[in-house]
Amino acid sequence: MAELDAAPETRSLAEQRIAVATQWQLMWWRFRKHRLAVGGTIVLAAFYLVALFADFFAYVDPQESDAQRSLMAPQSINWIDDGRFAPYVHALKGTRDPVTFKRVYVLDTARKIPVALFGRGEPYVLLGFIPMDRHLFTVEGAKAGESLFLMGTDMQGRDLWSRLMFATRTSMTIGLVSVALSLVLGVVLGGISGYFGGLIDTVIQRIIEILRSIPTIPLWMGLAAAVPNDWDVVQIYFAITIIISLIGWTELARVVRGRFISLKEEDFVMAAELVGCSKSRIIFRHMVPSFISHIIAATTLAIPAIIISETSLSFLGLGLRPPAISWGVLLQDAQNIQALVISPWLLIPSIAVIVAVLAFNFMGDGIRDAADPYL
Amino acid sequence: MVAYVVRRLLLAVLTVWAISVLSFIIIHLPPGDYVTSYIASMSASGSAVSEGEATALREQLGLDKPITIQYVKWMGLMLQGNFGMAMEWGRPVSDVIGDRLSLTMVISVAAILFTWALALPIGIYSAVYRYSFLDYVFTFVGFIGLAIPGFLLALIVMYIGFAYFGANVGGLFSPDFAEAPWSMAKAWDLAKHLPIPAIVLGVAGTAQLVRIMRSNLLDELRKPYVMTARARGLPEYRVVMRYPVRVALNPFISTIGYLLPYVVSGSIIVSLVLSLPTVGPLLLKALIAQDMFLAGTIVLLLGVMTVIGTFISDLLLMWVDPRIRLGRQ
Repeated sequence: MAELDAAPETRSLAEQRIAVATQWQLMWWRFRKHRLAVGGTIVLAAFYLVALFADFFAYVDPQESDAQRSLMAPQSINWIDDGRFAPYVHALKGTRDPVTFKRVYVLDTARKIPVALFGRGEPYVLLGFIPMDRHLFTVEGAKAGESLFLMGTDMQGRDLWSRLMFATRTSMTIGLVSVALSLVLGVVLGGISGYFGGLIDTVIQRIIEILRSIPTIPLWMGLAAAVPNDWDVVQIYFAITIIISLIGWTELARVVRGRFISLKEEDFVMAAELVGCSKSRIIFRHMVPSFISHIIAATTLAIPAIIISETSLSFLGLGLRPPAISWGVLLQDAQNIQALVISPWLLIPSIAVIVAVLAFNFMGDGIRDAADPYL
Repeated sequence: MVAYVVRRLLLAVLTVWAISVLSFIIIHLPPGDYVTSYIASMSASGSAVSEGEATALREQLGLDKPITIQYVKWMGLMLQGNFGMAMEWGRPVSDVIGDRLSLTMVISVAAILFTWALALPIGIYSAVYRYSFLDYVFTFVGFIGLAIPGFLLALIVMYIGFAYFGANVGGLFSPDFAEAPWSMAKAWDLAKHLPIPAIVLGVAGTAQLVRIMRSNLLDELRKPYVMTARARGLPEYRVVMRYPVRVALNPFISTIGYLLPYVVSGSIIVSLVLSLPTVGPLLLKALIAQDMFLAGTIVLLLGVMTVIGTFISDLLLMWVDPRIRLGRQ
């Protein structure tokens, strides 16, 4: 008897839970079930951790070049030394091949360079206000010729791992800044278009249609080429974000407009109008909360496109330029096929691009499915 | 029907005008003008241009006039087919662009044909056999295809060709034909080189279209008329292909308009990596050298070509969809 009673009891508890759950709780429960989306979110969290603490994950100055270490292959760490945990790498000796004059590196197995986890290295300022000198791993007290090259080095002998960490910071934030700009433009123009309708709607829709029918990359290239050469890294960074978002807002505007138009017909909006709510109250208090989740989904799905745009522009040499470091700037080194065949590790940054874009797509899909139970 | 065509035509003209303004802005964005960069390039090669000569040159080119008049003049020249001089090359822009523009279009159209040829059957299969093993495979591959930027895919293809087959897979012609005049043999040579750039360019679009086709068809397959058709004993092939696929095709065709600018855009960067003789590498060089007449013309012509392509896709949509053809929304 007791067992039979318990069953309806628990079911009604679960139902009660759903009945009183807020919109966000419902979304979160649905989102949690989407395994790919959760995976994508975790990966993105890791990427942004790297972006935030790039100095900690890098172990040398990403700009430090050394012709003696040009195009070194990635080293692998040996974790166990003499049966106990003591990671080390073998030293590398650079020589020239007498026949081809190519620089070759030979493993010097006699020399072991100990790698310290959380060891002291180059000093830096964490998050802009905490002075620190600990890194995820370093070679403590490195002598000349002793260093670690987890992902090898580029043409100028700069450490690719450390550069990749800083590139992640640039490329991942450029997506956020650009999408924020596009969002403002998209929500304002899409909102106006959808809420007021009529002539202004037609004009904005035509503008969107025109912008979408122009091949974007030639346009971006033209605009980016006009960025003066003497601007510093920060100025170019913002110029590029503005250029990218100038065209990126159209998709967001389309989503916002669609939502506004469908919500305008809803009873609760009419009710709010009838009790004499002001226009801004109707928009921000009644309409925005009911479609904000869709906007978040559309925004998440817009970021990967922006990351690809930045990478492509920088790859062409028209986006961010050295000394700025971004994924696209790193991939510039891979432009030369001959160099790439000799040193394929120069393509490693492309893995970061693909993984980040995939993760954003998965997360965006998950949010979209969670936001719209009817899909 | 006529109203629809006229409306689309008007929009196309409006778009061309907007693109011309944008291209003109691009020409004028960099600080200085044609004369300052001309002076810079002359002094770089050791000869000086006097103040008087510079003013005379400005007057001759109409650069001393207000910007609106310059725009009207530029447009006037453009309409006459006079695109100005490509500074770096010392030849008329139309000479420099020549074949490259048509090759850009050939590659873009090949990429779109590839996209359709692949996306349609895969999309239909994925919808009909939803959650089957192959559906998962296609979905997964599609996600990857969407995530890889075109230039990266081109790099990877080049790398694989070079490292494992020892062959340069770039270019559109064999060395023997690169400078040769057009002939059947050269066209055949082009056809042999076309698949790799077309595939590289088409992959992202294919992934997108498969998703669209799959979800469109899934929506259609749920509808009662499909069940009716089945209940009446129609063979399964006819049940799927005769009606739902035709309806699902509709939004599919309307995206052609957006596919073309997308592919043309992509072809610029992919051409650079695969060293294809399209306008892509030319545009990049022109932009870096601030040869803005050449750059502006290329942006304008690419824009116009996409507008024409979009217009054709609108006509195609009209042909497929009787609701538009008969003037009902």
